[in-house]
Amino acid sequence: MRAYVVVFPGSNCDRDVVHSLATRLKTPVLTLWYEENHLPSDADLVVLPGGFSYGDYLRCGAMAATAPILQGIKNYAENGGLVLGICNGFQILTEARLLPGALLANKNLKFICRQCTVRVERTDTPFTSNLQIGQVLKMPIAHHEGLYFLPPEDLKRVLANRQVVFRYCSNDGTVDEENNPNGSIENIAGVVNERGNVLGLMPHPERASEKILGSEDGGLIWDSVALWLAKRGRR
Amino acid sequence: MNYKTVGLRKEEYLAIKKMLGREPNESELRILGVMWSEHCSYKSTRSILKMFNSEGKHVIQGPGENAGIVDIGGGWAAAFKVESHNHPSAVEPYQGAATGVGGIIRDILAVGAWPTACLDGLFFGKTPNNSTLSLIEGVVAGIGGYGNAVGVPTVGGKTFFDDSYEGNPLVNAMCVGTVHQESVITSRTAKVGQWVVLLGSRTGRDGIAGAAFASTELAEDTKSSKPQVQIGDPFVEKLLIECCHELLKDKLIASMQDMGAAGITSSASEIAAKSGTGIHIYAEKVPTREANMTPWEIALSESQERMLLIIEPDNFDKVKKCAEKWLLECALIGEITSDKRFRITNHGETVVDLPAEMVGGGCPVIDWPSQKPAYLENIKVEKKYEVPQERFKELFLSVLTDPNVRDKSWIYEQYDHMVQTNTVAGPGNPVSVIRIKENGTFLALSMDCDPWSCWLDPYNGGAESFLKAARPLWACGAEVLGMTDCLNYPSPESPENYWVLKESVRGLAQAAKDLECPVVSGNVSLYNESPGKKILPSPLVGIVGLLRDLDTFLPSGRMEAKDILFLVGPEKGSLAGSLFQRIMDGTIQGKPTPYDADLERKFKERAIKTSKEKCCSSVRVIGSGGLAISIAKECIFAQKGARINIAPELLKRPEFLFGEGRPRAIYSVKPSMVSLFESIWRDFGLLKIGTVIEDHTLDISGLANFTLQEILGCWRG
Amino acid sequence: MLYHIKVLVYLKDGVLDTQGKAVLGTLHRMNYTELKDIRIGKYLQLWIEAPDKETAKKRVVEMCSDLLVNDLIEDYSIEVDDIS
Repeated sequence: MRAYVVVFPGSNCDRDVVHSLATRLKTPVLTLWYEENHLPSDADLVVLPGGFSYGDYLRCGAMAATAPILQGIKNYAENGGLVLGICNGFQILTEARLLPGALLANKNLKFICRQCTVRVERTDTPFTSNLQIGQVLKMPIAHHEGLYFLPPEDLKRVLANRQVVFRYCSNDGTVDEENNPNGSIENIAGVVNERGNVLGLMPHPERASEKILGSEDGGLIWDSVALWLAKRGRR
Repeated sequence: MNYKTVGLRKEEYLAIKKMLGREPNESELRILGVMWSEHCSYKSTRSILKMFNSEGKHVIQGPGENAGIVDIGGGWAAAFKVESHNHPSAVEPYQGAATGVGGIIRDILAVGAWPTACLDGLFFGKTPNNSTLSLIEGVVAGIGGYGNAVGVPTVGGKTFFDDSYEGNPLVNAMCVGTVHQESVITSRTAKVGQWVVLLGSRTGRDGIAGAAFASTELAEDTKSSKPQVQIGDPFVEKLLIECCHELLKDKLIASMQDMGAAGITSSASEIAAKSGTGIHIYAEKVPTREANMTPWEIALSESQERMLLIIEPDNFDKVKKCAEKWLLECALIGEITSDKRFRITNHGETVVDLPAEMVGGGCPVIDWPSQKPAYLENIKVEKKYEVPQERFKELFLSVLTDPNVRDKSWIYEQYDHMVQTNTVAGPGNPVSVIRIKENGTFLALSMDCDPWSCWLDPYNGGAESFLKAARPLWACGAEVLGMTDCLNYPSPESPENYWVLKESVRGLAQAAKDLECPVVSGNVSLYNESPGKKILPSPLVGIVGLLRDLDTFLPSGRMEAKDILFLVGPEKGSLAGSLFQRIMDGTIQGKPTPYDADLERKFKERAIKTSKEKCCSSVRVIGSGGLAISIAKECIFAQKGARINIAPELLKRPEFLFGEGRPRAIYSVKPSMVSLFESIWRDFGLLKIGTVIEDHTLDISGLANFTLQEILGCWRG
Repeated sequence: MLYHIKVLVYLKDGVLDTQGKAVLGTLHRMNYTELKDIRIGKYLQLWIEAPDKETAKKRVVEMCSDLLVNDLIEDYSIEVDDIS
């Protein structure tokens, strides 16, 4: 499979994602500059990494969402291509209206960096195809604006369409306020679009794919994508 | 205006006239006022710093460049340095701390290294009043706000609370970077005919004469100091890092300097002086962001996020293209000349014309008068402490809840300590460990200081400041490569202060030399005081060690059920200058145990051997709060309990449970490896103190019983 | 002609204002107990070249739609001055 990681001015986690994907899946991973107008035709997965694109100025991800490459990503997604937005990448996808909702400032108004656990809510997506409902994944968060927000009508629709993929939970999978690190509505940590081929999540899978870093659970998301693609003939 | 207005002393003014053979003009006077300030010239400490040993088998670059550099194997090197930003943080906590982080990252960038980790030494007032709390909040937010955005993980540090820092906080920022040995950039390699290029932000009036500001005491009304604080832009800094690394990869940079204190002036004059050339700056070519800036303002501006590049003229177009890609301004502002002068012209008119070496290096050294302080005689009184059994639990918990020992996750969870995916052991651990993907090794980093011991006994306190940082590195199995230091002190103009400064540096230098740790970089910050108040002597030490792999890395906080707990080293620590004494008496007195090089060497040898033998699950060097706190912390981090069994006569002596200083550590030994462990430590000092249990209780036989929940609740607050 | 445009960007009703909530709490602790609520927004000033006031305003509206305002969670108001 061929994975690409987009680099915006201010992206920080691009190299981390490249390293994590390449090491885990033993597959070539290249970067894409934000000024490219088209995506390469062989892209199986496009990742928007974490960081502080444009310094997080104006609103997180707002300026990156107007970058030339977003048009290419929109076309690619419309054709069923897999897109993954991590942290700032998730913020960019919501600003670009490829995913519903918005990410607001954390409830405690501080940056939070710590290990976190999320519950898998849906397994019929390419990103979670090899996981179980209720499975708990340990992946760290590191963000200042991670409070996922949906206006009431949008929330109804997102829930009805089963677009929630991950929810913050306790170590044993209990979804409650105590285990919600940033005040996200319904403890939502990650969502897909209606079609299910674009995923955004605040936790960092690339920081949880090697044992010495404390967890390999993030790598399970990479494995799911690889397996899903393999079943469709793309190794 | 005259020499006094720019902060120069009469002797310095006369020296300037002699060196020039004429009167300096106004712009030259302003420039020398800044460059010959304490902060830039180190005039009060250059002779003291000579006490440091900078040689070592791993040393590639010692003091004198933007960062020290040590060999980490496989052709790779680690560059590191610590710097202070104390005065700006007192006036504008967020920006002062943020720009401190920005500045040290650029120092690492300037030697061609990729910034890979940061640590911070923070010293605050202890009383939780509104101004201290808002200061702490601002500083922590500033460090996080800048470091997180720039993508450099903050992996550790030292936070110390004492009322002597109220109004005079210390913010010391350390950065570690990696560089291939063949790609190291120095300031010595500029050649005549090369071009001077300014890369990065436009130049404004930020921090004009900020270096001079750092060399004076804070005025009563700090609000009046506000305009001199610089504003940081971590987004531009990130672009600068990426752009410079692309230029370095394509070998387009001949020499480089970051622009910190005294901006263009210090970076340009330093390159010329070190390379043995001259340099000519065209003031009108510097891109400015404010109208009508005078040439001297342009020369001294401390606008952030700017680098000075020296390049071959042929490469300018490529450099400019790379700058444009990364959205950065790039301007040709001068050239390297052969006349060994530092010249600034403005539209052809000469504004400044000074010998290049005079600007940064010409300031006469000051040997302030020095006198042993009278207070040192009065505090020698040794006091005997007793801890009655009924009071033990309460005392134990008050030490555990002291801000100096308490959980700091409220600070470090505001820092991204995981970006770059190299953090194996992060903040909260005695030693931070980061992976070096380039050569498959790991760096072990530590940072510490002992202001109370320095106050009671400057020489031994200086040594202890080094040892507190070194012992955990030995214990984890790392090979010490080198250290950096930030010497934070009050005014050197008082003979007693100067004596304390000299003596504590002498102790620090001696211990570092005896234990084979070269000093490869550092920083000095003097005049940390305000009317009626001065800081404790605070020499901060940052040490970098090497772990070739994680195989023999011995962590802390990993004790396992059924392990046997041992105390190694002298049975009793010292209560003089300890946290226990501070809490019991509200003050410190007595004489800490004197530095014993031989004892420390023996500890180091055995500690490293223990890690190699892999006979233990965990180790924790006894630090602040003493043995009792070390045991509590092991329980907290390992999520295990312990049954402590010690002879009642020993338990009665607070020196045993709460004493500090001296090479002492607790080891959690695997039951099958006890005799191997004992054979290593038998002739040094060894005491079995208990066992680790699965149960979440800490039972100190005959004295007290705690639940883990209770301990955790107090410690976390 | 040079126009000076003031844009106020504020959160829509019903959107959580975590910043406003925290500031409200702090002001209450400082004894401003009479304060019922506070919501925090942004103030943008733009200087724009345009042939007339209507064009200036129209262009700013477009900028708001394209970048300056996230219409899922924000609303805004515009005030145009001309600088003659």
